[in-house]
Amino acid sequence: MSYFQMLKTTIKTLLSRPATLMYPKKPAQKFKSTRGKIEIDIERCIFCGNCQRKCPCVAICVDRNERTWEIDRYRCVICNCCVEVCPVKCLRCDNDYTKPSTEANVKDKFKQQKPQ
Amino acid sequence: MPKKTVIPFGPQHPILPEPIHLDLVLEDEKVVDALPSIGYVHRGLEKLVEKREFTEYVYVIERICGICSFIHGLSYCQAIEEIMGIDVPERARFIRTMGSEYSRTHSHLLILGCIADGMGFENLFMGLWKARERVLNRMEESFGGRIIQGTCKIGGVKKDITGETLDKMIIELDAIDREMKEMTEILLKDDAVRHRLKKVGYISRDDAYHLGAVGPTARGSGVRIDMRERGYAAYDKIKFAPVLESGGDCYARTAVRVGELFQSTDIIRQCIRKMPDGPTETKVIGNPSGEYASRVEQPRGEAVHYAKANGTRYLSRFRIRTPTFANIPPLVEMLRGCELADVPVIILSMDPCISCTER
Repeated sequence: MSYFQMLKTTIKTLLSRPATLMYPKKPAQKFKSTRGKIEIDIERCIFCGNCQRKCPCVAICVDRNERTWEIDRYRCVICNCCVEVCPVKCLRCDNDYTKPSTEANVKDKFKQQKPQ
Repeated sequence: MPKKTVIPFGPQHPILPEPIHLDLVLEDEKVVDALPSIGYVHRGLEKLVEKREFTEYVYVIERICGICSFIHGLSYCQAIEEIMGIDVPERARFIRTMGSEYSRTHSHLLILGCIADGMGFENLFMGLWKARERVLNRMEESFGGRIIQGTCKIGGVKKDITGETLDKMIIELDAIDREMKEMTEILLKDDAVRHRLKKVGYISRDDAYHLGAVGPTARGSGVRIDMRERGYAAYDKIKFAPVLESGGDCYARTAVRVGELFQSTDIIRQCIRKMPDGPTETKVIGNPSGEYASRVEQPRGEAVHYAKANGTRYLSRFRIRTPTFANIPPLVEMLRGCELADVPVIILSMDPCISCTER
């Protein structure tokens, strides 16, 4: 008879600390290499449009005349493709995720100040 | 002669991780026939190959499936590399092998947990997924994503793994092994589990072979099919033998998966030991022209990726034969003659991955 095989493990886990985190009170475990969301240093951007052309999910919109760079956070699949193709390396991948929202589209628009 | 009743099973059902629909023909409580129908999550990703450059399509291919994504990416890259005649550096091959085995471990732990959940054994389900969390953390730390790693690229891998991370992996692998051993022993030895799995969903060796079963479904019936033996990536430099069981029932298929868990951690250890130094990628110049069918072993079995290129930046045709698709005819055979209450466990023992199947 080998019923109650789980009992030993159950008692052990009952007496030990929980394996889960009290999120969001305690922050989730993050790693340096985690792909969370795309960040831009807009002042260094040259508006070449490489990121827009290479984006597999069409989440980025670059406007050269307006000098704006826009990303749809919920279209983006965080594949890191734009970061790799950026010629001036002004894009980077942050290890923090996009915050949840009740909106269907969360668009972040960045505008470069025109040089004086 | 009892009256026949048709009961729809799915696409929404508490035990189904993904939507598959089965029309179960019953005589009293016995299933006499099952008619599967798929097509609920078709997204047309194969067609998208004509709109995305061949180097960018790898991001799409990785997102076909939420469980075996790494191996899809690997298989696609292999197909393009063969067409273009690119020689992938040795270190990249080893990193790809490690990624594949980490994927296999987390996929098997996921479905073993789901099987426990399907039987109502919540404790075991949580225990198995606790072990899986350790695997996912290692994947996130070394590749950047919990499941969709985004590591494979045509010509090698994007990210090198540092020596420090490799040392940490070895220490963590022992802890993963310990935790998996504790949980899988319960899964294989507990009588409550054995009663639910033994002599349920039987398929003979001949039937499994002739109906084209692949992966643990075939190996659980004693058919020796393992694409890793063909030696793609760095598998030709790794010592391993396919895990075989002869039972042919749900218990045998579960035992194959448990065996493969420990085999995977052993392969990762061998990879870390044998990992050579050197570059991780080669430069890709030009566009592919030609066709190739790449075969790899996914957690669920053999997947075939067919690519046809015409010398431009866009492929002209891309097709995937996924393991779950091959395993549906054997599933229908397994369901014939079983009790209605056993249907969930039989479906889960085949490890259905419908998102892959429908693309």
